[in-house]
Amino acid sequence: MVYRGPYKVRVEEKDIPRIEHPNDAIVRVTKAAICGSDLHLYHGLMTDLRIGHTFGHEFIGIVHEVGSSVQNLKVGDRVMVPFNIYCGSCFFCARGLWSNCHNVNANATAVGGIYGYSHTTGGFDGGQADYVRVPFADVGPAIIPDWLDEEDALLMTDALSTGYFGAQLGDIVEGDTVVVLGAGPVGLYAAKSAWLMGAGRVIVVDHLDYRLEKAATFAHAETINFAEVDDLIVLLKKETDGLGADVVIEAVGAEADGNLLQHITGSKLKLQGGSPIALNWAIDGVRKGGTVSILGAYGPIFSAIKFGDAVNKGLTLRMNQAPVKRQWPRLLEHIKAGYLKPSDIVTHRIPLEHIAEGYHMFSSKLDGCIKTIVLPSAA
Amino acid sequence: MAYISEKTHPNPSAAELRARIPGWGADLDPVNRPSFPRERRDLDSGAHWDYPEEQPRDPSREKSIEHLQLTPVYGTAQPLKGFSGAIRRFAYERFSEARAAHWLLLILGDRVDAIEEHLRSFATLRPDNPITQTGVLSEFRRHPIKSRFGSKRADVKHMWLDPILVAGPWVLAGYVVYRVFRGKKG
Ligand SMILES: NC(=O)c1ccc[n+]([C@@H]2O[C@H](COP(=O)([O-])OP(=O)(O)OC[C@H]3O[C@@H](n4cnc5c(N)ncnc54)[C@H](O)[C@@H]3O)[C@@H](O)[C@H]2O)c1
Ligand SMILES: [Zn+2]
Ligand SMILES: [Zn+2]
Repeated sequence: MVYRGPYKVRVEEKDIPRIEHPNDAIVRVTKAAICGSDLHLYHGLMTDLRIGHTFGHEFIGIVHEVGSSVQNLKVGDRVMVPFNIYCGSCFFCARGLWSNCHNVNANATAVGGIYGYSHTTGGFDGGQADYVRVPFADVGPAIIPDWLDEEDALLMTDALSTGYFGAQLGDIVEGDTVVVLGAGPVGLYAAKSAWLMGAGRVIVVDHLDYRLEKAATFAHAETINFAEVDDLIVLLKKETDGLGADVVIEAVGAEADGNLLQHITGSKLKLQGGSPIALNWAIDGVRKGGTVSILGAYGPIFSAIKFGDAVNKGLTLRMNQAPVKRQWPRLLEHIKAGYLKPSDIVTHRIPLEHIAEGYHMFSSKLDGCIKTIVLPSAA
Repeated sequence: MAYISEKTHPNPSAAELRARIPGWGADLDPVNRPSFPRERRDLDSGAHWDYPEEQPRDPSREKSIEHLQLTPVYGTAQPLKGFSGAIRRFAYERFSEARAAHWLLLILGDRVDAIEEHLRSFATLRPDNPITQTGVLSEFRRHPIKSRFGSKRADVKHMWLDPILVAGPWVLAGYVVYRVFRGKKG
């Protein structure tokens, strides 16, 4: 697929990518997914997003070709590829900050490399395609274990790993009350993971009832539809003995709804780096001395964040792009133990040819859409 | 309650939660959490180099001026071109990531790129088609009414903006073309 301007995508023929570095691999994609982050691209909210760019940072596939220095993979291997592109050896990678690599993104030092996510994340075409160039093939990709379901493997490349990472950023201690803003794939996985960390209560907030139902069944959470309450923060305070939540996980990002002015200036007119509504709710809804874990993605320009209250409340704000592959060994154990079944949230499976429909449906949240898997024609 | 030292309504006990929720507390000990602590020197990333080999250097590849050198690996998709390319190059060469001008120029570049590419597409066999590319034709199959109006949804309040944002520029461009054309004839 290629981007043709805000809200517009189509399928186009492109050449099969070439090996451009000795540690590159070319992967033939067998399954890809559309992520909430792709909506920021689709809506034209990411900077230096060039017409003709191919999206897709969640994909699995089969190794089609390897560069001369690749040792860990061979042609024909079935691989899952983390959304992060990283070298494994720079100052940041050497410390485990695998989502913050300094050696792959010439366009920005603040951002690591991400597949199919504009030139602000390095200018690499993504995996909603038949073939994709995978740099540092010895570092990022891993062979899919035989016992693992392919859809579960696909979800590990971003959404599941991100939600699990987000629960860790909350520094949850036993018995904590955890509020998760956003019942998209990331929020659902974060809510589910909060229990693994020992949460005593998990409350998920969204305005889409069908997603909140999933939060109740899939993530065993209590739910609040913020469009039905007058003031979400007052309700959260009432629910928590007037304290606020011990931990709030923000899994919404730049398109947050709930305040028309902020949504329109931040998300539609692009006067901010994204609509900060959910982030501000997190700051207002957490207790003093509490922790806010921020997973939502924002553009690189300023947003109107209520920083004063964050200071006054003595909050800990933790955030990052998820270092996906660090999560995998432990997540595989959880999946094997039956604690997690990632593919339970998949609602749609569409051929790559129908990509425009897939984006419209996910963006407008139609037809009960939570997670859409894209099947390339060559798969 | 917030006014006394303990929570008035304590959350359910560990035993209760463990019985109800599969895997409850499996990662209670931070040592089991893969991202704890945030920075670690003992992980094996798979890299078998200290500094990776360099992809062939392209001197025209734009880079952030906060970078001291071109990164050893870089993306080669959609190289800079046209007027939008000139705007973007200026943003990269003149302003650091710390400057609003850097990002505002890049946003301008994005809009110019879209106009340049829409125009270019009209000279090809596959001109841009805002109807098929927005996927709106799928609406009828995807329960447009039931999805939006069965329950309370906050986004329904600004839904009207989307067609204006997407179709507006096309209608405007059509009108300008029409005026120019009429102006020439008259
Ligand atoms: N940090 C990372 O590594 C990382 C990785 C993946 C995704 N993300 C980000 O996580 C966010 C969520 O991703 P997703 O795939 O679940 O997207 P999604 O669009 O499916 O989910 C977002 C949900 O938030 C809801 N929402 C909107 N406004 C809200 C508000 N004010 N309060 C509560 N809920 C609100 C929406 O209705 C929707 O259900 C996105 O911003 C995405 O970019 C971050
Ligand atoms: Zn993502
Ligand atoms: Zn690195």
